Amino acid sequence: MVIASDHLVKKLVGLSIFQTSVFLFYISIAKIFGGSAPILDPAITHYSNPLPHVLILTAIVVGVATTSVGAALIVRIHEAYGTLEETEIHIQDELE
Amino acid sequence: MTFLGIIALAIVRLQDLFSVVMLSSLYSLLSASIFVALDAVDVAFTEAAVGAGVSTVLLLSVLSHTGRWIRPPYRGAWLPLLVVILTGAALAYGTLDMPHMGDPMAPAHNDVSQRYLEKSSQEIGIPNVVTSILASYRGYDTLGETTVIFTAAVSVMVLLGRRGRRRRSPIRNRGDERT
Amino acid sequence: MRPDMRVVRVVARLLIPLILVFAFYVQFHGDYGPGGGFQAGVIFASAIILYALVYDTPTADKILHPRFLRVMMSLGLLLYILVGLACLYQGGAFLEYDVLTRDAVHGQHRGIFWVELGVGTTVAAVMISVVLTFFGYSEHHH
Repeated sequence: MVIASDHLVKKLVGLSIFQTSVFLFYISIAKIFGGSAPILDPAITHYSNPLPHVLILTAIVVGVATTSVGAALIVRIHEAYGTLEETEIHIQDELE
Repeated sequence: MTFLGIIALAIVRLQDLFSVVMLSSLYSLLSASIFVALDAVDVAFTEAAVGAGVSTVLLLSVLSHTGRWIRPPYRGAWLPLLVVILTGAALAYGTLDMPHMGDPMAPAHNDVSQRYLEKSSQEIGIPNVVTSILASYRGYDTLGETTVIFTAAVSVMVLLGRRGRRRRSPIRNRGDERT
Repeated sequence: MRPDMRVVRVVARLLIPLILVFAFYVQFHGDYGPGGGFQAGVIFASAIILYALVYDTPTADKILHPRFLRVMMSLGLLLYILVGLACLYQGGAFLEYDVLTRDAVHGQHRGIFWVELGVGTTVAAVMISVVLTFFGYSEHHH
């Protein structure tokens, strides 16, 4: 959707969904069968790998930062061009 | 997981942006529950709060400025679809080589995490290993992350300005600066 | 205000204090269960955003002035750096919490506590500022 859609909001939403799917992929790598959440407890011996969790936690926060800046850009672009369709924006730029 | 695929497909085809945003929020929530099933409780917490909360509010704010409905796409979507299918096939082919899910012997579970898990109770003494890695073992990365989100806030405030700002001329009137 | 906002308002007034308390709980119990700075910051911000949605943005600005939020954003980040510098001052490396007190484990606890507090403050202030900027923009530029 990021490359297929003309509309900037759809691209942004697509980007956000794309990021979330990548996180799912990484977390699925971290899982160990028979393990539990990585919170230490005397009764548990096997834990899932906590290192990807930390990475993804950072990535989620960075993702929301990106989405917020993207959303701000979209609002300004809409104000400047009057439209959010990419082809129309290109046409307006060509006409300058 | 099938639901995730259905939601993603619906988002692509829909022209009602409000539904698109709501569905993306639903996608985040479903991912958060999958994270819980995969034992990643901290990540699920953050994803649910951020994805289903703040991100949705932001996108809805954007919708309140722009329209809610969009036109069907001008050009056909066949070329991008082909690219996506090819890339997806290549990625899926790559995963055939990967170890089974949940395999304790996989290369991702190397010595570093073992050491963190073992030594965390002696060196730091807090039960939540993710917090101890985030704040202590990898504390420098967390500093960078905080800086990133701070910068994003500054960018948004620069882009959208505080209330009471004079209305600036739109970008197209500054074409003479771009030669 | 349309009359049917009343139900939302009542429910929001019940929920917002609970959400705030939960945010503090998550912040300070991040060591013992899931949670920590980021989650607490976002939850705190959600409470304030709910308040701004139910009432309007100027009312939300009255309880948390934009300038205050900007200062809090910077202070959180500064707190993080100051903790690192304090470790340097005590003779260790940057962000090596072991040297903060005589006992290494206690030093770690203290370092993590302050660092998470800094992160939580910054994240909360950032989220609130960003969302309220979006809300405030629409009222003046339409």
